[in-house]
Amino acid sequence: MAFDKQRFIIAISLLTAFLSYSFYIYSSLPVKDYHISEQSNNGKMVWQKYNCIACHQLYGLGGYLGPDLTNVYGIRDTYYIRSFIQNGTNIMPAFHLSDKETTELISFFKTINETGSSDPRTFTIQPNGTIKQ
Amino acid sequence: MEPLNNSRLSVSKFFIIFGMLLLGVGMIFGLIGAIQYIIPGYLKTYLSFEKVRPLHVSLVIFWILFGATGGVLTYLQEHSGRPLYSVSLAKTQLFIFAITTLIILASYVAGSFGGREYWEFNPVLALPILVGWILFIINVTRTAKSWKGQPVYWWMWLTGAVFFLFTFLESYLWVFPYFRENIINDMTVQWKSYGSMVGAWNMLLYGSSIYLMGKISGNQNYGHSKIAFLLYFTGLFNLMFNWGHHIYTLPTHHFIKNISYAVSMTELFIFGRIIFLWQKSLTTAMKHYHHMAYRFLVASEVWVFLSLLLAIAMSIPAINVYTHGTHITVAHTMGATIGINSFLILAFAFDILNNSCVNFDGFKNQFNKAFWLSNISLFVFWLSLVAAGILKSSWLMSVDRTPFAAMVYSLKPYFEVFMISGLFLLSGMLWILYLMLKNQLRCYFRQVLGRNISDSSI
Ligand code: HEC
Repeated sequence: MAFDKQRFIIAISLLTAFLSYSFYIYSSLPVKDYHISEQSNNGKMVWQKYNCIACHQLYGLGGYLGPDLTNVYGIRDTYYIRSFIQNGTNIMPAFHLSDKETTELISFFKTINETGSSDPRTFTIQPNGTIKQ
Repeated sequence: MEPLNNSRLSVSKFFIIFGMLLLGVGMIFGLIGAIQYIIPGYLKTYLSFEKVRPLHVSLVIFWILFGATGGVLTYLQEHSGRPLYSVSLAKTQLFIFAITTLIILASYVAGSFGGREYWEFNPVLALPILVGWILFIINVTRTAKSWKGQPVYWWMWLTGAVFFLFTFLESYLWVFPYFRENIINDMTVQWKSYGSMVGAWNMLLYGSSIYLMGKISGNQNYGHSKIAFLLYFTGLFNLMFNWGHHIYTLPTHHFIKNISYAVSMTELFIFGRIIFLWQKSLTTAMKHYHHMAYRFLVASEVWVFLSLLLAIAMSIPAINVYTHGTHITVAHTMGATIGINSFLILAFAFDILNNSCVNFDGFKNQFNKAFWLSNISLFVFWLSLVAAGILKSSWLMSVDRTPFAAMVYSLKPYFEVFMISGLFLLSGMLWILYLMLKNQLRCYFRQVLGRNISDSSI
């Protein structure tokens, strides 16, 4: 069954390549030196607890009922953000978050804003079809 | 071994039947979500969008998982000519999956989340899913007598089962602070896992569809052919390395994006082959047109074509910049999960549930109407999302953007078409589900009355 053997070799090679690629990514994650405050860390869990991603995006990923919030900290002031979170809108529910949770969320927005821009207008397209941020 | 589409209600049939119920309810939540797009604040107090979206998404993902499992468990036995390695394992898996799904749905309704997009439930609930899936892998690997000389679909089942496990585990790496703390690291691994996970369930479904095609045409040679394996390895290569297109705009490693871009272009080979074989496929389709299962297989092929077209375009970073974060992505997902995944599982359902005692042939006329209603409305639905996506993209790129709410308002006509076509789509699909489930229910009662319920040994 030479044919079978050939298939196994291809499958094993692909699998090895995949596992190496995966573990390489795990061991050298894109951002190495970072400092993230306890507050911002908690803010991320608040973000998950209320499932904000159902309506909002981070870096364009998430639900589309509300705006992308990657850089909301950069374009709005904290009073504005706080009031949205506490009062909601005609679509967004008022989640009645505690003061602590709201502060943590804002700290999370601050951290994510510092990682880069999600605005596609800031990208430049290269002739080979790739993009530069 | 005799075909398994006999009158006995087996555990693999239950996977499909339970999945169909999930699909029906999942689509109703989809409609509610669509209404929320055009009537701001609709059901905001009790069923706001952060509940409706995961209800819709999880229900349909579980439909795909249940359907894929039911298909593989049935065809694996037909193919190998042996009963399942362990029926009790399959029953346990069914039980675990069903209970976990119900708990997850209840937790969403109660507003309890804690997970992430697509798996929004509390991460503890991932454990039973994991256990259930391992039981499935045991059945998949142990049912066949030998791994030698197996056709491509068997390889696909094995690949799908194992990769789903891997990617599912990977999607929970975030529970470790090392992966979670930095959002860029976190999102890189998250989308690595999601990108490949979709590839994994596609392997399960495409494998079964190749088997079913062969079964209907009475010729399983294709499954052993070189070209089938070539396409399989191309698919596997993409499953492993092309997930980076989800995160072209994320400031992550450049090599991830470049690898993804290059690997995705190998899909052109699959695309080219579909065009090349168009005429032949059409002729075969005409020959088997009367066969409902076959018709769904053909419909899914058309959707493969459309979805691949979008997918390849979106894999080019220069185009992705425009489509990312818009409804074009949603169009692609809907085309793929409804047009491909759901239609394939319905094809399996037609094959597996037919003859369960009342033949589906009696409902042919109605199935025919429902089939066309579903396909045409899905196409309109898909187009409305592409159109809304194009407009949102031009808003995203405009130099001075109007406020978000104004943009949403300007898209309203497209969302109306989306909602109305969604309603027709829902009607078509529910009609199909109803006809099939009614038949099953009838069978079930006949069996109970006739006291000939088998010990469901298959
Ligand atoms: C049901 C959908 C929904 C959910 C869930 C939701 N939002 Fe919103 N949110 C919106 C919509 C829609 C807007 C835009 C309102 C407008 O501009 O008219 C918005 C706006 C905002 C804004 C203001 C953005 C800006 O630039 O004007 C912030 C901040 C915000 N949301 C934070 C959150 C947080 C934090 C959560 C989770 C606790 C959350 N949202 C959950 C729908 C939602």
